[in-house]
Amino acid sequence: MSTREEVLGRIRRAVEGAPEVPEAEIPRAYRTEVPCDDLAGLLAERVADYRAIVHVVPSARVAATLAGLVEGKRIAVPDGLPAEWAGPVSQAAATVLADPARDELDTVDAVLTGCAVAVAVTGTIVLDAGPGQGRRELTLVPDHHLCVVRAGQIVAGVPEAIARLSPDSPLTWISGPSATSDIELDRVEGVHGPRTLEVVIAV
Amino acid sequence: MRVALFITCVNDTLFPGTGRATVSILRRLGCEVDFPAAQTCCGQMHVNTGYPEEGVRLARRFTEVFRDYDAVVAPSGSCAAMVREQYPRLAGRGEEGFAQEVARVAPKVHELSEFLVDVLGVTDVGAYFPHRVAYHPTCHSLRGLGLGDRPLALLGNVRGLELLPLPGAEECCGFGGTFSVKNPEVSAAMCATKVGNVLETGAEVLCAADNSCLMHIGGMLGRRETGVRTMHLAEILARTEARA
Amino acid sequence: MSERATGAPAPRALPAEEGGGGRASVTFIGMPRSFRENAAEAVRNDQLGRNLRKATHTIRGKRARVVEELPDWAELREAGRAIKDHTLRHLDRYLLQLEEAVTRAGGHVHWAADAAEANRIVTGLVQATGESDVVKVKSMATQEIGLNEHLAAHGVTAYETDLAELIVQLGDDWPSHILVPAIHRNRAEIRRIFRDRMASWGRPAPEGLSDEPAALAEAARLHLRERFLSSKVAISGANFMVAETGTMVVVESEGNGRMCLTLPETLISVVGIEKVLPTWRDLEVFLQLLPRSSTGERMNPYTSMWTGAVEGQEFHLVLLDNGRTGVLADEVGRQALRCIRCSACLNVCPVYERAGGHAYGSVYPGPIGAILTPQLRGMGSELDNSLPYASSLCGACLEVCPVAIDIPEVLVELRARARHPRSERAAMRAAGWLLGDQARLARAQRLATRLRRLVPRRLPGPGSAWTDTRDLPEIPEESFRDWWKRS
Repeated sequence: MSTREEVLGRIRRAVEGAPEVPEAEIPRAYRTEVPCDDLAGLLAERVADYRAIVHVVPSARVAATLAGLVEGKRIAVPDGLPAEWAGPVSQAAATVLADPARDELDTVDAVLTGCAVAVAVTGTIVLDAGPGQGRRELTLVPDHHLCVVRAGQIVAGVPEAIARLSPDSPLTWISGPSATSDIELDRVEGVHGPRTLEVVIAV
Repeated sequence: MRVALFITCVNDTLFPGTGRATVSILRRLGCEVDFPAAQTCCGQMHVNTGYPEEGVRLARRFTEVFRDYDAVVAPSGSCAAMVREQYPRLAGRGEEGFAQEVARVAPKVHELSEFLVDVLGVTDVGAYFPHRVAYHPTCHSLRGLGLGDRPLALLGNVRGLELLPLPGAEECCGFGGTFSVKNPEVSAAMCATKVGNVLETGAEVLCAADNSCLMHIGGMLGRRETGVRTMHLAEILARTEARA
Repeated sequence: MSERATGAPAPRALPAEEGGGGRASVTFIGMPRSFRENAAEAVRNDQLGRNLRKATHTIRGKRARVVEELPDWAELREAGRAIKDHTLRHLDRYLLQLEEAVTRAGGHVHWAADAAEANRIVTGLVQATGESDVVKVKSMATQEIGLNEHLAAHGVTAYETDLAELIVQLGDDWPSHILVPAIHRNRAEIRRIFRDRMASWGRPAPEGLSDEPAALAEAARLHLRERFLSSKVAISGANFMVAETGTMVVVESEGNGRMCLTLPETLISVVGIEKVLPTWRDLEVFLQLLPRSSTGERMNPYTSMWTGAVEGQEFHLVLLDNGRTGVLADEVGRQALRCIRCSACLNVCPVYERAGGHAYGSVYPGPIGAILTPQLRGMGSELDNSLPYASSLCGACLEVCPVAIDIPEVLVELRARARHPRSERAAMRAAGWLLGDQARLARAQRLATRLRRLVPRRLPGPGSAWTDTRDLPEIPEESFRDWWKRS
């Protein structure tokens, strides 16, 4: 008998006669939608709580803001970054590397991406490796992650985010910069992931 | 209402004053109190130490002794929690019919402050106790029974009493029944924290709804000659101006 | 602890036995004693006490604040409990569904009945890559089976990358907490470990390293950076696996998880079979319950989710039983399999706070360890037999558990199955006999009253466990029942 069959057999014997908990009877009385009349404001507050840098700017000012933030820097960008950001950024930055290889990634000052969804209540941005977000390592190896969130991408709570996302592509949920509390429970920002997270929220 | 007093074996043997105080409060509030003499112990020590067979025998006895009363009042959060929370789980271990007896008796068992506040609807029992008091919510009364602020409401209406907030009130004192002798070092360390917190309040009296925990904390307060007394909630509530 | 810090022989965990057909998991060597003896030693260690107290009180405060924020916490907890119970009841079905989904997405699924088999599978997979180094994401399951030690015995070095696990690995130490395994170490001890030990594992600690947490974290970053960028094989666990989609979920803070999950060419995840969830939607519950219960944050810094083989990676999932099906068969004990390893129960436990994690002699310390360890590896040893008694049954653990595991209930159940000392059995039988009849009790009470002046302040033998630190109550002149009869 294979181990697979053996383990499955043990499970079946173990639960024989155990009380049923029908799927339909799982109580889901928690909130699946959180009322919030200022998603961008809440997101900004909650992201800042993690000691990330937050800019809330009108949509029309995003490109100019980004240009200011990358000025004179060596920047990595993913494929598919919206043209209205890519243009001004490539003008302002010293160097722009499009979807660079790993060894080059370790040499950039920052990476600029968009995101798939942002969760206001938890101050989380979610990347799904789609256009303008790139491979997972793109936002991991550089020490500074610059991320643009459009107003329409913000949801209030975790359930709304799960409903919008698909597990077909790899997802990275990011809540503030890399951090650890492993030493005396003192929170320190910046271990292995980007030590600076900078979020531009377009409203 | 036929109210039976479940005094508990610890109170019966070591703290009879708590039982007398309970009788006095209930009579003062117009209850007719009975003490079924056949009662002994709820079986908690046996069950919680790993001797469920002996525990079930005592539980069985408990349900027989108290089955015909309208209400059972116990001056112990821990023993009341044993009957209400743990008896239903033991039901499967008992003989036939035990589960039904548990279902019949367990819901009628009340810890004293629950009985006063919820059943009699009283938060002022007319007590007088002009002292500085800290209240320790014992684990089984706090998390087992969910007494909430019932004891505090009762103490708050005691004339002359100054209620002092106890830091870290909700932390266990480290008694835990046989835990106190099976893991005495950890138990004593927990008790030392509790004692430190009690001393910090400046209270003259530490009050709780369980004499077992008070015996533990009081044992250390006494050993360290702190001068702080321990008193069961019932004994404070029983004090009136006439008796003071 | 103090012994270890001052350079006593380095403790090592033993890999689970090879070839054993039954359950096996790591026992900490050098700790064959009972919980009481281990804990008593910890209680005497003031430095450890301060480290633990500060850490547990800090994190329990953080947890309380972020849980308070959610008005629907009770409903989330109830959903979490029910989803886990439902899943466990149909675990066979969901594991098969998971296997199919992972395979469809290009991953490979392996089944391991016990630690030895899991170790054999993982070692074989690593050897097939030709690599002799692997990077690891913090994983309870791989610690449980003693994977690092098994790999080492086969010429493969496993590098722990979580900061706390790194501290533990460099210090030849044991983890003492589920979330923060080096909770027993303070900053000065960590600096010493980094300064003395980093060089023998790779890049040495920077010159003039201070004991500031930020500086220590920076040292870890530098120490591991090159290894992350060059490693070809990574080993992880997982917090959740979604049967419906085949998705794996790893929740972390530092980014070491992302490094290991993303960069290497081959990824091997060793995951306990109870970690499966039925649907994608179920994550909406657990991604709220876990971070708030665990680190006390609204959300942990990084959560990675992937389905099968992604971005050109080779992916292997090793499904681990190792005693879990035995736990599942236990009517009362099976609720322990709901555990999502948040460690909230450790942080509120007054016993853990005094005893520290090492006293539990297992990778699962604290209240959850006290019910999980004896169920996973049996109660044959003195230590495992004593674990169910490592609690005052105060119930603080149940109150904070995000999946409502009634730890006190399981402890009491396990105590009923423990081996009891003969003297205790005799005493309990005697007490049962005495309390079995009111006349016997009354006679004993009167006898005690007559002898009340003879009770010494300090008792000899087992009674000293009480009277060493606490006075005995005075025996009254009259029992309540005698007073009642008289009045």
